[in-house]
Amino acid sequence: MSAAHPEPLIEVEHLTMRFGGLVAVDDVSFSAGPRQITAIIGPNGAGKTTVFNCITGFYKPTVGRLTLRADQEYLLERMLGHEVGQKARVARTFQNIRLFPGMTVLENLLVAQHNKLMRASGMSIFGLLGLQRYRTAEAAAIEKARGWLERIQLLPDADRPAGELPYGAQRRLEIARAMCTDPQLLCLDEPAAGLNPRESAELNELLVSIRDRDGIGVLLIEHDMSVVMRISNHIVVLDYGRKIAEGAPDMVRNDPAVIRAYLGTAEDGPDA
Amino acid sequence: MGDRLPALLKDSALTALMAAALGLFIVGFQTRDIGQGLFFDYQFVDLGIAVVTIFFGRLGLHLAAMGLKWPSFALGTVLGAVGASPLKMPSTFLHWFVVIAGVLIILRTIWPWANAALAKARHSERGRAMGQRGAKWFGAILLIAAVLLPFTPFADQKNMDLAVLILTYVMLGWGLNIVVGLAGLLDLGYVAFYAVGAYSYALLSTQFGLNFWTVLPLAGMFAATFGLLLGFPVLRLRGDYLAIVTMGFGEIIRLVLLNWVDLSNGPAGIGGIPGPTLFGAVFAETAPPGQQTFAQMMNIPFSSNQRLIYLYYIILLLALVTNFFTQRIRRLPVGRAWEALREDETACKALGINPTNTKLTAFAVGAMFAGFAGSFFAAKQRFISPESFTFIESAIILSIVVLGGMGSQIGVVLAAVLLIGLPEWFRDLGAYRMIVFGLAMVLIMVFRPRGLIAHREPSVRLHPVRAGP
Repeated sequence: MSAAHPEPLIEVEHLTMRFGGLVAVDDVSFSAGPRQITAIIGPNGAGKTTVFNCITGFYKPTVGRLTLRADQEYLLERMLGHEVGQKARVARTFQNIRLFPGMTVLENLLVAQHNKLMRASGMSIFGLLGLQRYRTAEAAAIEKARGWLERIQLLPDADRPAGELPYGAQRRLEIARAMCTDPQLLCLDEPAAGLNPRESAELNELLVSIRDRDGIGVLLIEHDMSVVMRISNHIVVLDYGRKIAEGAPDMVRNDPAVIRAYLGTAEDGPDA
Repeated sequence: MGDRLPALLKDSALTALMAAALGLFIVGFQTRDIGQGLFFDYQFVDLGIAVVTIFFGRLGLHLAAMGLKWPSFALGTVLGAVGASPLKMPSTFLHWFVVIAGVLIILRTIWPWANAALAKARHSERGRAMGQRGAKWFGAILLIAAVLLPFTPFADQKNMDLAVLILTYVMLGWGLNIVVGLAGLLDLGYVAFYAVGAYSYALLSTQFGLNFWTVLPLAGMFAATFGLLLGFPVLRLRGDYLAIVTMGFGEIIRLVLLNWVDLSNGPAGIGGIPGPTLFGAVFAETAPPGQQTFAQMMNIPFSSNQRLIYLYYIILLLALVTNFFTQRIRRLPVGRAWEALREDETACKALGINPTNTKLTAFAVGAMFAGFAGSFFAAKQRFISPESFTFIESAIILSIVVLGGMGSQIGVVLAAVLLIGLPEWFRDLGAYRMIVFGLAMVLIMVFRPRGLIAHREPSVRLHPVRAGP
């Protein structure tokens, strides 16, 4: 668990994002290792989500370079919005849950496997003809979805519309949906927001298993310190768009700049 | 309720008085032009019947609202019976007016009870399974009825004409359902692709002598190409903006057809379009040289109904192909991606789905079916002009999709029958039929705001639905 991993999974260099006169992210550099959970923390408005939006292709950074080193090297800042998900396979979840509420839980997980299934269905032609090749691929996709539903304890709800699920289940489903895209990097935007302590603890387990069992690097924005401090390997602290600290949880916890900016008050203490 | 009765009567009388005051000049007097000038016709009997009906109608609604099931039910039945009785009333419309008032009161009476029962059924495993079986059976029965229709006693010229018309709209509705219902792209210019299909067949058949079955796939391809051409620049727009731009495109196509006289013969239209053939046989009294008529081929006497029945089966086949295709593609990745795009475009992008390509396929596929329907329309009418492709057509097709319940296949059929069939069947209501039509639309919007059939069947299930014990 060191920042100086020989070959980081994603490297953010001199990332700057300006909206008109507002500088949301100002010359931020950090890297996240493979098979590690890297948390980005900071007070509200620190630019955490903007960093995420740049990494996942929703914003084009004003300045900076974003390199993903996985099966090959991708320069994320040069890719179109959906290509970051399609080619570089960077998956993400959203601060305000964005499921497909009218579709069933299972369908949500199948949509996530769209690109793989699309190839198998031969641009829909094999699929329309009902060829074996497509049917095998679809069965495999359903099996994968079933595996994830078991892991997030939603198997009995597979055929319910996703919008009907309770809040905590929707959060878990969104993570499972992102995982169904076979990501090389998983970006989670406040996955613990609105969860009760028990659900938070379950989330911790899920994230640790994604790191250790699936071997996926996770990038995490989170306010809930019980999640951040317990499972992160590495923490990056932002304030007013700048990086003010970086390091292992214990180091960050005791950094005076961080305490001043973010952990200063009693309620926000590291043991909260 | 005894103490509340005077208040109820008073309120009903007030309502009736108001109706009388409003109706006095609208219904009570009718001006008539008999050469020397305008004269008044007095229609006080009409007015009187209407006012009495309104009095009892209001009373019935009050009783129903108070939960007095039997009195309001009885009142509704009596009104309905009076309306349906052979009693002499000045116009057919009044008969309908009274009947509808009675039916509405009965509906209002059973509404809370029916609603509760439906809600209960919808939330029980058994109710759901029954609903699905019911839908399946209903669809199958409709299909069998549609196939057998030409052999029933109803198959006279008028009804067959109407059936062909309804099926054309069913097909258009199913086609537009792909764009609006599945992909969630509000397209107000769907008629443009219909026009492209119609003019493709009209021009290729009259200029180059190609027959219907050759042109049909070409027309679909042309329409799909137009869909792609239009879709490319406009699909980055969302919601209302997309609707306005597609509406503009629909008008542009119509104006081009109107003004590009060299190509389309302008407002004069294109006539003499040959009808579809069956293995080279034509449906006419006499065949052109070198061809034979259907009657000669089958060795049966000629009847003008043969052509109509043939047209009916063609459009039934085309509509069923559209339906089958939609059902199938909904279960494929691209169909699920369409629905996902309708639900949340941002999330789709995050999952690596290319939104532009996905929308374009939906647009092109929808346009293709409009193209098929268009070339059928040209072959049926034998004459087309830009008049047939006005905005109101797009609006009707969209209403069919929305009223049917977005994305519901059987809902489109019901809505098409309602929207196209009712105004035709109620032609004897004269000018009032549009009021009835409007009333039907308002009622659907009030009671079924998400369309006649709002249920969405999942494209795939992990756990099969258990049938009831």
